[in-house]
Amino acid sequence: MILTLNGKRKRVHAHPMKRLLDVLREDCGLTGTKEGCGEGECGACTVLVDGQPVNSCLVPFAHADGVRLTTIEGLGGRHPLQRAFVESGGAQCGICTPGMILAAAALGPRPSLEKMRVGLAGNLCRCTGYTAIYRSIRRASSGKERPIRKTRRTRKNTQNSR
Amino acid sequence: MQGSISNRSLLEPASLRDALRMLRDEGPLVPMAGCTDLYVTLNFGTLSATRFLDLWRLPTLRRIALSDGMLSIGAVATFTEIMQSPLVRRRLPMLVAAAREIGGPQIQNRGTLGGNVANASPAGDTLPVLAAANATVVLASADGERRVAFASFYTGYRTSVMRPDELITALEIPPVPGRQWFRKVGTRAAQAISKVVMAAVGPRGDALPRVALGSVAPTVVRLPLTEAALGGGASIAEAQKILLQEIAPIDDVRSTAEYRRRVAANLLARFWDGNALSRT
Repeated sequence: MILTLNGKRKRVHAHPMKRLLDVLREDCGLTGTKEGCGEGECGACTVLVDGQPVNSCLVPFAHADGVRLTTIEGLGGRHPLQRAFVESGGAQCGICTPGMILAAAALGPRPSLEKMRVGLAGNLCRCTGYTAIYRSIRRASSGKERPIRKTRRTRKNTQNSR
Repeated sequence: MQGSISNRSLLEPASLRDALRMLRDEGPLVPMAGCTDLYVTLNFGTLSATRFLDLWRLPTLRRIALSDGMLSIGAVATFTEIMQSPLVRRRLPMLVAAAREIGGPQIQNRGTLGGNVANASPAGDTLPVLAAANATVVLASADGERRVAFASFYTGYRTSVMRPDELITALEIPPVPGRQWFRKVGTRAAQAISKVVMAAVGPRGDALPRVALGSVAPTVVRLPLTEAALGGGASIAEAQKILLQEIAPIDDVRSTAEYRRRVAANLLARFWDGNALSRT
């Protein structure tokens, strides 16, 4: 199969049922995509398919045919989000970071706090507690760090038990 | 980690007709689309099947359309497509509300309505919506098509009237008369499986209110006695008592039967209060 991976065409031979996650890591040598839970709960393995985030642990290789795939390597290390995550403390242990950054990249420029919370709801982080992550995304879109103010309403919409 | 895949095979039909023929001649096959449930079982080695039929790329199964007053949602329409569809937003806002609370964006981009129905979990978030909307399941096989009322689709815990040679091709939803209501109760808004999930439709003219609950019985349930009581002018306390007779929740890893009973009764009151407000 000819993959369109990070803007380049690449020929890959793999079983059609192999997880896209494993094809990326083992057959393409792109180990930036991490495995967390292996059941679609944590978002660590997030990659973009035609610009939309998906969990690559739940995608068969067959479904990579004819789509545009973007992994963390595709951002080239110089993407404003990558820089902002480093500078604003959005990354700690780093396992969730590639998935967080890709999910954030899918939100487009200058997402509202509400949009960030909903857009990253499928990405779990056990280190930073999210505030630093939201701050990083905000920094990436504005070029400077701005405090994240929590309002009762947005907290209720995305985090409280329902 | 993924179990051995070398013994697995994937059939990739070019059309629905192809898919139905493969299902008849080359079965047994496990149909797959967004794989958000299937790959969890494959990754953890709890599914022994080895032969799969890929429906993900069949555009006819993705269609969301209105015909003869019926909203038809293709089985492979994703939750994201459902959320973005102006037709669904206008006709069936409670389905949009349910789609929004399934998993997170990654799951919504891949999970499908037909998959939620076929997976047949009593906690499936769209199932109370389909029950309250009086939906019809469209089943196809190489021999033709048949339609089954959603209310008689499930026969027990994770079992249905669907035959191994059949596929769900679409869900059809007639116009819903009253105000639509949806509420999912779980540990958090995203990525949580429901402890209790409810969809309801307010009364309108002669039409009774409708109430459907998930995660409180072996299958999704409609509550005809509760509906009749509410429609007949019973107090909410009386209706709640009847509701408790109509559900059979259990203790499991996510919640307890007692908690589910209380929450289900509270949800009924919440829904009904909202109706009183909207009438004044």
